[in-house]
Amino acid sequence: MHNKSLTQLAADLVAKRVSSVELTQHFLNRIEQQEILNAFITVDPGFSLAQAREADQRIQQGDKTALTGIPIAHKDIFCTKGMLTTCGSHILSNFVSPYDATVIDRLNQNGAVILGKTNMDEFAMGSSNETSHYGAVKNPWDHTTVPGGSSGGSAAAVAARIAPAATGTDTGGSIRQPAAFCGVTGFKPSYGQVSRFGMVAFASSLDQGGPIARSAEDAALLLNVIAGFDARDSTSVQRQTPDFVNEIGGDIEGLRIGLPVQFFGEGLDSDVEGIVREALREYEKLGATLIDIDLPNSALCVPCYYVLAPSEASSNLARYDGVRYGYRASGYSDLIDMYMKTRAEGFGDEVKRRIMIGTYALSAGYYDAYYLKAQKLRRLIAQDFAHAFERCDVIMGPTTPTTAFAIGAKTDDPIAMYLNDIYTISVNLAGLPGISIPAGLDNTGKPVGLQIIGQYFDDARVLNVAHRFQMTTDWHQRAPSRVQP
Amino acid sequence: MNWEPVIGLEVHVQLLTNSKIFSGASTAFGSDANTQACAVDIALPGVLPVMNKQAARMAVKFGLAVDAKINRRSVFARKNYFYPDLPKGYQISQYELPIVGEGHLTIDIDGGEKTIGITRAHLEEDAGKSLHEDFHGMTGIDLNRAGTPLIEIVSEPDMRSANEAVAYLKKLHTLVRYLDICDGNMQEGSFRCDANVSVRPVSQQKLGTRTELKNINSFRFIERAIEYEIERQIDILEDGGTVVQETRLYDPDKGETRPMRTKEEAHDYRYFPDPDLPPLELEDTFIEATRQTLPELPDAKQKRLMTQYALNREDATQLTVSKELADYFEAAASATKGDAKTVANWINGDLSGYLNKENKEITESPVDAQQLALLIDRIHDNTISGKIAKEVFEAIWHGEGNADDIIDNKGLKQITDTGAIETIIEEVLAKSTAQIEQYKSGQTKVFGYFVGQVMKATKGKANPQQVNEILKRKLDA
Repeated sequence: MHNKSLTQLAADLVAKRVSSVELTQHFLNRIEQQEILNAFITVDPGFSLAQAREADQRIQQGDKTALTGIPIAHKDIFCTKGMLTTCGSHILSNFVSPYDATVIDRLNQNGAVILGKTNMDEFAMGSSNETSHYGAVKNPWDHTTVPGGSSGGSAAAVAARIAPAATGTDTGGSIRQPAAFCGVTGFKPSYGQVSRFGMVAFASSLDQGGPIARSAEDAALLLNVIAGFDARDSTSVQRQTPDFVNEIGGDIEGLRIGLPVQFFGEGLDSDVEGIVREALREYEKLGATLIDIDLPNSALCVPCYYVLAPSEASSNLARYDGVRYGYRASGYSDLIDMYMKTRAEGFGDEVKRRIMIGTYALSAGYYDAYYLKAQKLRRLIAQDFAHAFERCDVIMGPTTPTTAFAIGAKTDDPIAMYLNDIYTISVNLAGLPGISIPAGLDNTGKPVGLQIIGQYFDDARVLNVAHRFQMTTDWHQRAPSRVQP
Repeated sequence: MNWEPVIGLEVHVQLLTNSKIFSGASTAFGSDANTQACAVDIALPGVLPVMNKQAARMAVKFGLAVDAKINRRSVFARKNYFYPDLPKGYQISQYELPIVGEGHLTIDIDGGEKTIGITRAHLEEDAGKSLHEDFHGMTGIDLNRAGTPLIEIVSEPDMRSANEAVAYLKKLHTLVRYLDICDGNMQEGSFRCDANVSVRPVSQQKLGTRTELKNINSFRFIERAIEYEIERQIDILEDGGTVVQETRLYDPDKGETRPMRTKEEAHDYRYFPDPDLPPLELEDTFIEATRQTLPELPDAKQKRLMTQYALNREDATQLTVSKELADYFEAAASATKGDAKTVANWINGDLSGYLNKENKEITESPVDAQQLALLIDRIHDNTISGKIAKEVFEAIWHGEGNADDIIDNKGLKQITDTGAIETIIEEVLAKSTAQIEQYKSGQTKVFGYFVGQVMKATKGKANPQQVNEILKRKLDA
């Protein structure tokens, strides 16, 4: 049952081959069996099963949509009414939101079941899930390696078949990179496609929620529900949202695929490169043509990102001050002492590091040299993509320079950790849609991700291009050997 | 040495929107603590601001009224600092690109006019309130006010005395109420002022070191605070000292300012554009539609009253302090057969006096414009004298009826029968031989005594003009 696609599960529910309660219970059991992965921060069977019962009633009454009764896991960054929302942090360890994020709200309206809240890097700051206050997540393919981050719990849960699909968020690669490491499909929509309301902010101008699923088709199904204009998010874009499921399936004859020379250079693992090239040959067989393109400012993406994202974060995280909700330190002498102790005890090292970087970059006398310069650079990076898209329809390359690395391998070297996002960050800076799909396994048996980048709001095409590959290959159906069929 | 004070004001004006600037919560004043703060106002994780278009419209209205440049594109920025009543840890404001650019305001001062430059006006949100009483050594936080829309109006350092600063502030106060964008309530903090004050030798171009005075919530206090500060700075400079750039608090109880924080202690607010809010783009049609909603502004009204009703500048200025007062004047002036100047005198004199005494607004006046007009009609047609009219006015104020009823009931009708007045005058003269002697010997000042006696005998009802004429005739005979 847990190997079925969302479409198959929906069909089973309608045909009464299974009830939502049974389905939900099945996945709850699997979560328990795979507890070693540490993929979830919060699981509340009572809550989930109550939703499942309601879904079964809706199905009974014929009042159903594509996702009614299907359990979905949510990154613990989405506010859920009545269930903890910790954002992977000690400082929100006791926080129960009184409202639902728009993404959650839309899924609830559709009768989807909240399966639980998945583990993540603290405040989505990390590429390995090791910065979580709730401990590292293990990669289901190899328990000694990381699942990637920051949506590591979601990617691991989908890979281990302990959740049919999940939500994630992507600020610099946080959906695509863990999807690549865990051998699943992770889609970051165009900025403004999915409402950020109720998604705990890390870097507002870069954050974007999206689906992590086992196929592009499942991702499209999920996106159909969560995408669309939301008046509560001023950065949400008011455009007609296509039916993403209907949009996939078309052939890609004549598709022009741009290959940035910068994505195939120094630092790229040769095994990963070989597998990506193999996938590109598959696309050629499908009628696509490959074109070398230039993204001249690629090397500056990481420094640009690591000024802008921490700057915004330093301000976004100021609200966690112990005054109104969340963790408050005990034994303080006055207000300043309370602030200092609360934030010192409530935040982990990586979050503190980024708050300090951001505070510094925005300070009087440094603003022009850092923040302003990074903003200018961001425009150049977006222009690079605009120029490239004059010659191609989509851009492809590896999602990450290597496959999943060992737990603990990079925790003492932030720069090495940051370089993991070297191919994904520019997509956020330019606000473009990007997907990572499984393209093969390296010589140690770990998944390799192929990244497909589209033009702004060309999300449907990106999904279709991914889907075409999955129609003729089966890499997305490979499961870690530990997963029982 | 002669010193010249230089003053600039920053005025925070709370906008009269129904809901907050970035959330749907109500802005009503006086509710129980924290009952008007929604998820956005208390800055729960994940919430986002959505701009209230009504606030933008009000800011534009203000900009148009001070003839300012309206920026088609303005940008919201975050002003970062930690304080318990600032839930997000930053205030959403405008920094580099405000909605309203350079404009100006004309004030009446010393019988003339002076133009004060307005540097800019920007939209921002108010913070909550910290309550230091009633919590047994702890501090309470009330977030009802958090997110209330404000415009901060920054003036050029164009004022040269406390008097000018108050005139500017009063003019601004008048203007925002005309525009119906602020209730102007200073006690409740709807209209707040910070003052930047420095002094320099009269002939010097370069500005002296300034201090910023905060927390001044009445016209009287602003005048006192500025005056105190000017004196303080002059004293320091004359003693050979230097003024420290700092923020000072005004203490109305002691009537003095005292240091709050120095420049070194000033916050680094780390302003940057708010990534949650796209730039505020205004269409020309929006601006033009807003222009159509502008009422007649105080200056235009003042000039019109001067020409249309032949009023002097002082009267017209006073009558246009509020739109309601001017409306009252115009209603009374068009209803009465008496002249507009008399109406103005009554409104600026007796009526204002009564209103002030009972702390009432013109809209709460028990004497309405029609009643005042009738009263002035009765002076005009000689039914009563101006002096008796004051008595009648008081009776109308206390709800005893209209002017005619009161004149009838109290028998206050003026005596205009020449024969009757002559008889009384003769009686008075017969008893006043000594005073007649004085008068005849050239001490004409004693004439007033005779008038007084006649008025006393008639209980003030004799027509004063007739009394004067007959008395003069008889005495000079």
